Amino acid sequence: MPEHPPVSDWVHDFDHTDPRWTENPFPIWDELRNECPVVHTKRFLGCYLPTTYQAVKEIAYDTEHFSSRRVIVRDVRPPITNTAPPITSDPPEHKPAKQLLLPPFTPDAMKKLEPRVREICNELIDEFIEDGKCDAAARYTKNIPVRAIAHMLGIPEKDSDLFIKWIHEILELGIKDDSALMRAVHEMTAYFAGHIEARKNNPTDDLISTMMNARDKDGQPLSDMHVLGSLRLLLIAGIDTTWSGIGSSLWHLAKTPADRDRLIAEPELMPTAIEEFLRAYSPVTMAREVMKETTISGCPVKPGNMVLLSFPAANRDPAMFPDADKVVIDRKENRHAAFGLGIHRCVGSNLARMEMTVAIEEWLKRIPDFKLDPAGEVKWSEGTVRGPRQLPVLFKGK
Amino acid sequence: MAGKLKIRVDQDKCQGHARCKSLAPELFNLDEFGNAHEIGDGTVPAGLEDKAWLAQTNCPENAIEVTEE
Repeated sequence: MPEHPPVSDWVHDFDHTDPRWTENPFPIWDELRNECPVVHTKRFLGCYLPTTYQAVKEIAYDTEHFSSRRVIVRDVRPPITNTAPPITSDPPEHKPAKQLLLPPFTPDAMKKLEPRVREICNELIDEFIEDGKCDAAARYTKNIPVRAIAHMLGIPEKDSDLFIKWIHEILELGIKDDSALMRAVHEMTAYFAGHIEARKNNPTDDLISTMMNARDKDGQPLSDMHVLGSLRLLLIAGIDTTWSGIGSSLWHLAKTPADRDRLIAEPELMPTAIEEFLRAYSPVTMAREVMKETTISGCPVKPGNMVLLSFPAANRDPAMFPDADKVVIDRKENRHAAFGLGIHRCVGSNLARMEMTVAIEEWLKRIPDFKLDPAGEVKWSEGTVRGPRQLPVLFKGK
Repeated sequence: MAGKLKIRVDQDKCQGHARCKSLAPELFNLDEFGNAHEIGDGTVPAGLEDKAWLAQTNCPENAIEVTEE
């Protein structure tokens, strides 16, 4: 595995896996943004980082110079074998692949799923509310999205720990350890292949069947590779992203009693608060591969490099958001890019919003008074999805 | 007094973030893919002007046009 020496020059040698970035990236992004709209590092075989909203937007809309065939910045760039359409698709293949997945994720479809998510939240709270303390990441935030997406896919919620292991291997260990990545991808593929086989005899009403029954523009069933790729995408994309969104929101409320009390007193503020948590603590940074030379915000960008397409950094750009570094739970104008911009808008954004809203509402209903446990330590994920992976809290339960 | 407002969702720009529908359900609706369109001919009824502007200023794709007639 390549070495990752500590960063001393953030502007010319940044590293999104450096412990300082993992712990607190916000001052780093400010430093980089003050220097340049697009910075570069030789690490990860060459990688750019747009630091402004404008630069992120230019890249997100430019599918000619930037490809989505690789969506994670890693130490290696092996041949592309395991795709996950539509997130790894470029035009013209992108649109038909995405349209298959859009109907099951509309806001109306999410309303039907909402009661099950409320139950999941309360089942989890039941397990620790008597204790007066818990690791809210391990006992609560981690388990909500994984059970919800299992419910939608029609796979057993009890397999959640397996899914969480794969996601850790793919999105965190996989940045520096290719064998961990490939092992997890193969295990996932075998798992879903088994479920597909079982449905051939016993059809069901879930997302796996939706993909199996889908037809392409010529009326043909999708290839097994396409179906398996999309199923891997739904599982990978739907879990630690929303887990992180819920976790960062709870972390904020644990250390900001004024916002917590206001949200309890004025529950009608929940929609603007959720959008503000999404802006201020955006969990997801996607990647692109530079295919052709171009300029972004005046900066030359060359092929052979990757791009860390940092929606979180864009959402902290003071040129776009007044008081960008402050969390304002009743912020009215909030054109944030937490779910991406352009054709790759997160297909699960309506699901994520619903899960975040329900998870925070149910927590506040039953645990209105809570704070960070001074005896514990908050730990953040490494890599391209940012959220608390350890979140010790003390509370007076009801 | 200002004239009536009219809204229009640019179908080439809309990516289905659904912020407009959530902020102004009286003015916007979604199709089966979750993409937005204005309700009726887009004329904003009296009293809903603020919601029209709110939807416009929150669309991540800048897909909503608001014009004054």
